[in-house]
Amino acid sequence: MGRLVIENVGQSFEKDKGEATDALRDVNFEVKDGEFVCIIGPSGCGKTTLLRIVAGLDRADSGRILLDGETITSPDPRRGMVFQEYSLFPWRTVMDNVTFGLDMSGMDRKESRKIAEEYLRLVGLEQFRDSYPYELSGGMRQRIAIVRALANDPAVLLMDEPFGSLDAQTRNKLQQELLQIWESKKITILFVTHSVDEAVYLSDRIAVMTSRPGRIKEMIDVDLPRPRDRTSTSANKLRNNLLNMLAEENK
Amino acid sequence: MKTKPVSKKGIEIISLVTAIIIWQLIADFVIGNTFILPSFTDVVYSFITIVERGVLFTDIGISLLHFGIGIISALIVGIPIGIAMGWFQTVDRITDPLIEIVRPIPPLAWIPFAIVWFGLTHQSAGFVVFVGAVFPIIINTVAGFKSVSRVYVEAGKVLGCMKSTSLIRHVALPYSLPSIASGIRIAMGVGWMCLVAAEMFGVSKNGLGYKIWWHYYLHQMDFVLVYMLILGFLGLLIDRIFRWYVDGKLLKWRKGVVV
Repeated sequence: MGRLVIENVGQSFEKDKGEATDALRDVNFEVKDGEFVCIIGPSGCGKTTLLRIVAGLDRADSGRILLDGETITSPDPRRGMVFQEYSLFPWRTVMDNVTFGLDMSGMDRKESRKIAEEYLRLVGLEQFRDSYPYELSGGMRQRIAIVRALANDPAVLLMDEPFGSLDAQTRNKLQQELLQIWESKKITILFVTHSVDEAVYLSDRIAVMTSRPGRIKEMIDVDLPRPRDRTSTSANKLRNNLLNMLAEENK
Repeated sequence: MKTKPVSKKGIEIISLVTAIIIWQLIADFVIGNTFILPSFTDVVYSFITIVERGVLFTDIGISLLHFGIGIISALIVGIPIGIAMGWFQTVDRITDPLIEIVRPIPPLAWIPFAIVWFGLTHQSAGFVVFVGAVFPIIINTVAGFKSVSRVYVEAGKVLGCMKSTSLIRHVALPYSLPSIASGIRIAMGVGWMCLVAAEMFGVSKNGLGYKIWWHYYLHQMDFVLVYMLILGFLGLLIDRIFRWYVDGKLLKWRKGVVV
């Protein structure tokens, strides 16, 4: 199960002179179990902040977030997270990166290696098990980061522009792979992006945010059939629609 | 670093040999006095003498004992202090002013207290080495811990590593290891330099540093020079072994990093 409810979440940052600026205000939405939701919005609208609050890395000033009815207060392995920066531990081999979460939970080393091996096979990187992150390309690192989060068997996977620093081709390939993983694992995914293309290709629903203070401007259902054609007329139409919405916010 | 082919090592060898020849000529024909400048051959004979008597090995053993006492206690004290200061801001604020006041005191200035506290013992010499070695270790450990990238700590947290102790052990410590290792290297350099002075006040009748003074009082400058050179070579050797171990085994994952 992985049903996420975001209720009246608000967050403000203190500035130098004690003034506070609102980063998020009254954010409300719900992510159903097994759903793929993208959050998109103008830069600086607080999408990453929202995701960090869901992860438990930041605390909201108001409102609350529920995962399957339980309030989130701190990070825990039930919510996996993939960061925009390369976050693999450089001192651990690929294998030891993937087993990290399992090791922390006190799982037997043999058992955790077996699980990790399975996940590495899922992304086709099992031959790199003994490599260190510096030996891998950016795309490979993000693949490992995804399976490292999945190895903990989380209910929700939170992704903060994970493909933002990759080249266009690698990016397309990873989007495809992510969808395959999502379909096979039946996991809930909340995905932050600034790319309209990415949101249209991946999501069941798209949460469009306003510029600061960030609120949900609109929730858009994406009922394009999967597997999706990136350049179909209906996809183009939706993309156009989204771009117009963002342009309004950027004014 | 790639090993150079033998033909390319030629220049280094020629340089070394030329220096030795010039030294020998100056000592024999310009100075002509072993007390002022012993020649290369004098030094070789003295070296053979101390090897034959076996006294060299006792000296090396005793010096390594003093050095070991100092370095190991500096590690035991320095790393935990450095970790606590680097991780907990309050600890840093409490300890930092104290350390900044004590640190500039030259290690050799501690010799009177070393004698008062430990007497003329090996620990006493070890203490002087310790004072020289502990601060570089503390400072580099703190620097390493303070530079831990936020993303690694957060990645650790979302993967279920929540307590400070496990974050330190599994994230911050391995991340800081390169910085700690270079601190230890500096500490060993400083500690080695303190050794001569630490042995000077007679904690033992052996030791490389002690022998320098002993032979000086006997006006055997060739022996003084032998011990000086041995101190130099041994220091170099210790540093090389440490670097080989750290870079080759401990920090394999850093091969991609250009320092």
